Amino acid sequence: MDFLNALVALANFVIVPGLAYGAQLAIGALGVTLIYGILRFSNFAHGDTMAFGTAMTIIGTNALLALGITFGPLPTALLALPFGIGATILLVLFTDWLVYKFYRDQKAKPVILVIVSMGVMFVMNGIVRFIIGVRDIRFADGERFLITARDFKEMTGLREGLAIKTTQAITVVVAIIAVSLLFWFLNKTRTGKSMRAFSDNEDLALLSGINPDWVVKVTWMIVAALATTAGVLYGLDKSFKAFTYFQLLLPIFAAAIVGGLGNPLGAIAGGFVIAFSEVTITYAWKKVLVYMMPDSLEPDGLVQLMSTDYKFAVSFAILIIVLLFKPTGLFKGQSV
Amino acid sequence: MNPALKNTLLFAFVGLLLVGTGFVQGWNSALFILNMGLVSAIMALGVNLQWGFAGLFNIGVMGFVALGGLATVLIGMPPVGEAWSAGGLQVIAGLLLGVATVVAVVFLRKKLTGRARTLGTIAALIVGFVIYRAVFDAGVAGIEAVDPASTGYLGGLNIFGPHRDANDMLLPDYFILLAWPMGGLLAAGAAWIIGKTALGLRSDYLAIATLGIAEIIIAVMKNEDWLARGVKNVNGLPRPVPYEVTLQSDPGFVARAASFGFDPVTASTIYTKLCYTVLFAIVLLVLLWLAQKALNSPWGRMMRAIRDNETAAEAMGKDVTARHLQIFILGSAICGIAGAMMTTLDGQLTPGTYQPLRFTFLIWVMVIVGGSGNNFGAVLGGILIWWLWVQVEPMGLGLMNILSSGLADGSELKERMIESAAHMRLLTMGLVLLLVLRFSPRGLIPER
Repeated sequence: MDFLNALVALANFVIVPGLAYGAQLAIGALGVTLIYGILRFSNFAHGDTMAFGTAMTIIGTNALLALGITFGPLPTALLALPFGIGATILLVLFTDWLVYKFYRDQKAKPVILVIVSMGVMFVMNGIVRFIIGVRDIRFADGERFLITARDFKEMTGLREGLAIKTTQAITVVVAIIAVSLLFWFLNKTRTGKSMRAFSDNEDLALLSGINPDWVVKVTWMIVAALATTAGVLYGLDKSFKAFTYFQLLLPIFAAAIVGGLGNPLGAIAGGFVIAFSEVTITYAWKKVLVYMMPDSLEPDGLVQLMSTDYKFAVSFAILIIVLLFKPTGLFKGQSV
Repeated sequence: MNPALKNTLLFAFVGLLLVGTGFVQGWNSALFILNMGLVSAIMALGVNLQWGFAGLFNIGVMGFVALGGLATVLIGMPPVGEAWSAGGLQVIAGLLLGVATVVAVVFLRKKLTGRARTLGTIAALIVGFVIYRAVFDAGVAGIEAVDPASTGYLGGLNIFGPHRDANDMLLPDYFILLAWPMGGLLAAGAAWIIGKTALGLRSDYLAIATLGIAEIIIAVMKNEDWLARGVKNVNGLPRPVPYEVTLQSDPGFVARAASFGFDPVTASTIYTKLCYTVLFAIVLLVLLWLAQKALNSPWGRMMRAIRDNETAAEAMGKDVTARHLQIFILGSAICGIAGAMMTTLDGQLTPGTYQPLRFTFLIWVMVIVGGSGNNFGAVLGGILIWWLWVQVEPMGLGLMNILSSGLADGSELKERMIESAAHMRLLTMGLVLLLVLRFSPRGLIPER
């Protein structure tokens, strides 16, 4: 029995990766949930918006590196992030003007907008592939680890090491900053308040003189910023590949729905629920159990509930369970 | 222009495109496009049934298509006797135990209340899971150890084995045709499970649920090697049409080909493809006839009434959720049949090749472009968009070659432009979808 080692192993393989992945999903889900709350449709192009923002950030990073500018121990991509966000804002505002505005003015049914967003998804996917290709790109530079497993072992004298990647720490810090900014904006500023009013009751908001065009524009800008941030953080932590970002759509939507579509707080909670269930269910628990059990009971197998290939199945199962028992999500979301 | 004439002209145009392809790129490629086009048309019919008739938003077409593909292996391949004795029954027992666990949990949740209910559910789940994994894993290990390079799976139900003639040449095996309805059944079963949980909730939820189940079906097919060899693929599925090599070794066929002025190789490949074309056309026509009958029956009118105004239909005493479930299952079954036909045409099951952009979203483009709510529109859209999907890449390459012809050879921009032609497909499909939705939202052949 060795609780300390078990705890460290748990932190190393479950808690730290889960926190980082959860933060990435939460920021992604915030974008989906904002679009749903204000524009009232499920945006299937969100994954590809994330991919576009990340691709732009990678280009910015490469330009900075070519100029010899780095961010010291931190990844240069963080410096290029504002550029990526700016480019993505331009893209989504242009898309809104060219594509979505027409259907909004027509008051088209939400499902039509979903199909339209499918078309946008195709086009954005194509654009991203044009710009940056389909290869796997790693663009994290600077210091790789905040603490390496070896340093940790030397420091504490434990048998298990705890490694924290710089990207994981950055993910959590950036996520906290982004979420605080968003909530400050939604709760304290005039535009933010009008966005919430618009989301709660469109007719009443219009009646009290809120400019819908402005609300929609600001929403897209925030969504672009969130999508790019989520994409860059995910890409820094793992790697960038256009197709992976499309596949992220499922856990992100699962997070948004589990939390309650249209509810920003729910999106964050949903992100962590999905991330931790994926990590815990696909983690081989042997390493932790070895310390927790007496030697005679040591498990033979890996004690893995499901192989990692089934992580989509986990987010999906959570989604179904929540839908069956709480159709509006954990936090009360909207329903159409 | 009256609609009948316009529709005839549209179909004639698609025919012309295929004939043109035949003259320019050869009849083999034209027939290849036509065959897959017919399969795509059937998938589009299925989606049209769900979306056009009932307004159900299913974006898990890929999953149902893949289940159809699985059916061809389960029906068409010979059983692997060694694997069955190594762990076949054990795997089945494991799966039954898994089902029993679920049943037990449902039963407990009905009988118990309060805290006992929660504890009972958790206990049943844990105990059931442990037993299921113990039995199932041992069986799987046994099966996958059986000659993993060539089998390592349970095989199918085709006990009649490959048929060969006196010269040991392969003959057509009509048993595989059974896989087509079987694919429909598998897809229908999956659709029933999804429909039971997600129908009756909001439309977006059905979309996400179908998207999810499609990914899961692909994940299962990739990872459960005992079932259909996973990413190791199953090759050499039997075919319901004559084999090219067999035809080439048949003096009668060679003589006949020569009398038409063909060499035996070209003649045999075209003949085989034509046989597929006939088979697929028969299935398509039967399904189209059925869909038309359904559309014009009281049942079809009821479906459209529900689609246009659920509340009013409910007030008239129609059970909306039950009708939705019905049509969701029917549409998915059609996608399953098409999936089985496609895998039969390919002659191999390759789970790694199922991609949502190709097998779900492309089918949606077909339905929207062709005209949702119109069966002929779905068929037209299926063949037309498939033709476009195949041709966009060479056309894009040609375009890029012309555009970059002024640039020096080996320059980075030129290479980039030529490389990017490979990504033209997605962009073009997205543009086509957006343009049709904007300027002709009812599609090429609108609903009457």
